[in-house]
Amino acid sequence: MKMKPLWALLALTSLPAAAQSRLNLTQGVTEVSNRVYDLHMIIFYICCVIGVVVFGLMFISMIRHRKSKNPNPANFHENVKVEIAWTIVPLLILVGMAIPATTTLIAMEDTSDADVTVQVTGSQWKWHYKYFENEVEYFSRLATRQEQIDNKFEKGENYLLEVDRPLVIPTGKKVRFLVTSDDVIHSWWVPDFAVKKDANPGFINETWTKVDEPGIYRGQCAELCGKDHGFMPIVVIAKEPAEYEKWITEKEAEQQAAREREQELLAMEMSEDELMDLGEKVYNSTCAACHQANGQGVDGVFPALAGSGVSVDPEAKDKHIDIVVNGVTGSAMQAFGSQLSMRELAAVITYERNAWGNETGDLIQAADINEVMNQ
Amino acid sequence: MSTAVEETHHDTHHDHKPYGIGRWLFTTNHKDIGSMYLWFSFIMFLTGGAMAMVIRAELFQPGLQLVDPHFFNQMTTVHGLIMVFGAVMPAFTGLANWMIPMMIGAPDMALPRMNNWSFWILPFAFVILLGSLFMEGGGPAFGWTFYAPLSTTYSSDSTALFVFAIHIMGISSIMGAINVIVTIMNMRAPGMNYMKMPLFVWTWFITAFLLIAVMPVLAGAVTMVLTDKYFGTSFFDAAGGGDPVMFQHIFWFFGHPEVYIMILPSFGIISAIIPAFTRKRLFGYASMVYATAAIALLSFLVWAHHMFTTGMPVFAELFFMYCTMLIAVPTGVKIFNWVATMWRGSMTFETPMLFALAFVILFTIGGFSGLMLAITPVDFQYHDTYFVVAHFHYVLVTGAIFSIMAASYYWLPKWTGHMYDTTLAKTHFWTSLISVNVLFFPMHFAGLAGMPRRIPDYATQFADINQIASIGGFAFGLSQLIFLWVAIKCVKGGEKAEAKPWEGAEGLEWTVPSPAPYHTFEKPPKVE
Repeated sequence: MKMKPLWALLALTSLPAAAQSRLNLTQGVTEVSNRVYDLHMIIFYICCVIGVVVFGLMFISMIRHRKSKNPNPANFHENVKVEIAWTIVPLLILVGMAIPATTTLIAMEDTSDADVTVQVTGSQWKWHYKYFENEVEYFSRLATRQEQIDNKFEKGENYLLEVDRPLVIPTGKKVRFLVTSDDVIHSWWVPDFAVKKDANPGFINETWTKVDEPGIYRGQCAELCGKDHGFMPIVVIAKEPAEYEKWITEKEAEQQAAREREQELLAMEMSEDELMDLGEKVYNSTCAACHQANGQGVDGVFPALAGSGVSVDPEAKDKHIDIVVNGVTGSAMQAFGSQLSMRELAAVITYERNAWGNETGDLIQAADINEVMNQ
Repeated sequence: MSTAVEETHHDTHHDHKPYGIGRWLFTTNHKDIGSMYLWFSFIMFLTGGAMAMVIRAELFQPGLQLVDPHFFNQMTTVHGLIMVFGAVMPAFTGLANWMIPMMIGAPDMALPRMNNWSFWILPFAFVILLGSLFMEGGGPAFGWTFYAPLSTTYSSDSTALFVFAIHIMGISSIMGAINVIVTIMNMRAPGMNYMKMPLFVWTWFITAFLLIAVMPVLAGAVTMVLTDKYFGTSFFDAAGGGDPVMFQHIFWFFGHPEVYIMILPSFGIISAIIPAFTRKRLFGYASMVYATAAIALLSFLVWAHHMFTTGMPVFAELFFMYCTMLIAVPTGVKIFNWVATMWRGSMTFETPMLFALAFVILFTIGGFSGLMLAITPVDFQYHDTYFVVAHFHYVLVTGAIFSIMAASYYWLPKWTGHMYDTTLAKTHFWTSLISVNVLFFPMHFAGLAGMPRRIPDYATQFADINQIASIGGFAFGLSQLIFLWVAIKCVKGGEKAEAKPWEGAEGLEWTVPSPAPYHTFEKPPKVE
């Protein structure tokens, strides 16, 4: 709240730009988004003109044809010519509107000849990006601290519109998105690209964009997808092609190295402290949205992990690993085997079995996870 | 329409009403049932409104202050369900019950026992729905549109209660609709042919057919949700060969006609009130009837405009865009007809007229945003944002609900036999008019600037707009208590109302005394 005067000042100094982005549709940064913006303004102006005429006539009538001014009403009640006119004229306006809308729509739906293809997968409540041309894939989660949401810390500039790992795309190239979902329906929306496409579980939708300006573009999930629907933003960074190539090559090498390290780790034992520290971090970023930071879950929706279920049953260690790795079919519990590294899985399961008064004493190692995964 | 009644009625001497609770439980009287529908819908309006207050209070500032996101989702869901199925639809059924028999010169509805039944199952439906909020895991939290699989695999166990509640509401609506159709087709007074019926009767007649056509589709959709969740079917689950998008097709095949179900009777009400206070015949009666029928037919061909972002073939998108744009033509005809009715009339501005005029302007604004939403490429930007929220609240609140208020102020003297407190009523109008625009107009901007709907917390750039909307929301909510006050005061007493309290009003309902006797038109009037 302390930020407010500062914001007001900023808004004043850059009034035209700020006023536009805050109260009107964004023009965006692609050819398509500009065409969409133009369509929006045309239809808006048409509505304004019709509104001024119709409401104008109404107000004239209300002023001039009130009983005190016009005690004797006319008694006309039909006029075929006028009635035909006000059927045909709106029809012609609509045809005029439909033509540019049709050409824009056909252009928007042409996903052919893409230079880069990214698979976008929504799941409760994060996005996953997988590049087709390079071996790079990762999850992208909300980066805003829970304390800001709970009003304990001051809210940052990009409150709720910031992620840990943004999607990176090259400028000047046609990027095709294959959009799908792992659980419920989500919708991938970046206003600056005029791209909004539903992510339907079991089906793949196609859409595309071609961004000319390098920059950071922010969006949000647009389809109600459960509790944290409001907390799964999208951030896209558009980089010059050369920079993009550099980034993706580095990223590919980094992920390759991580996979190799993972294999090495299978032979290594992690200490209890290491497991619990990493486990807590992973738990808070991945599990706490549903099972809650205190492990109590939400009655009737998300089961409690503290003091109940597999996490306190010493016999159910393998079952616990299986649930976390493979998920539970027909429930909101996702398969985290593909989302977390074996080290992270081992840590978070250890954490769940030993935190909040759960005292199984079990230490899970990457090798245990590997065993379940290979079953 | 010129109507004449053979003789004035002297019904008062056999105006026996049963006493006590039994009168209301067992009544088959269309006026009693109409009153119960209206009071029920008003209670639901306040209940759904209270939930809207929770929503607006949480959205007053960025951050989470009052409720957690799961409860927030329950509020948006149940608010929508209550307002659609509990407030707007029963209010129209209540008006139909009261007015249709009196407007066509019939002694009662054609199927009075079914009439009783169709009302009395409603409270149970809503007790089930509201009760589900107190279950473990909370009530329905998947939006009033209950898209699968959020409403199937990922929902809490209160979903079963939600499904049963919807079934009961649907049965009630279908019975009400059958009753309206049978009454209109069989019980019109001699001489009251179809093209002499008041437009409220016509619009309800068409609405009733829409109800019978689509409520079973909704029943099918909720049943499939039930079996997908509890009985292992896979209608909407790709893993079992189903398709989650098919749910949306089924839902909106119900849902789009449903929005016309909630607006066509309004057109009838406005077409009664504007001529009455303009002292001039309605312009283009026949074209009003044809436009209503055209809107009803087109309503079956536009459902997928709610689904442009689901990934449809381009040809389907074009087809649904064109059909949706076409709806603007008959709707425009209606608005032009109302303006032409006013033109060179002799207007006065009593409360019903004020609400009717506000309806014409504000509903048209909702129509404009509807036209903008029809343009598929731009809909990709508007879809699921506050722009949509603004749009449908303009057509439903300042459209449907304003028309219901207009109707109440128009017919209250007939129902109660008393003139209401006009100062209070006008205060209600002006406070509602201003606050409703403070509430919903800024939402257009929030949506255009990129705020998605159904979120409990938002980026700081939307803070000012939401704060304004919330203030408007609280004011609009409080304003409705004035309405309650006016209604109670009017029922209890007040200046005696004449049989025809409005100078320019036309129709058979004004030929009977005020309050309308318990039994009217036991001998059918003769319409010339």
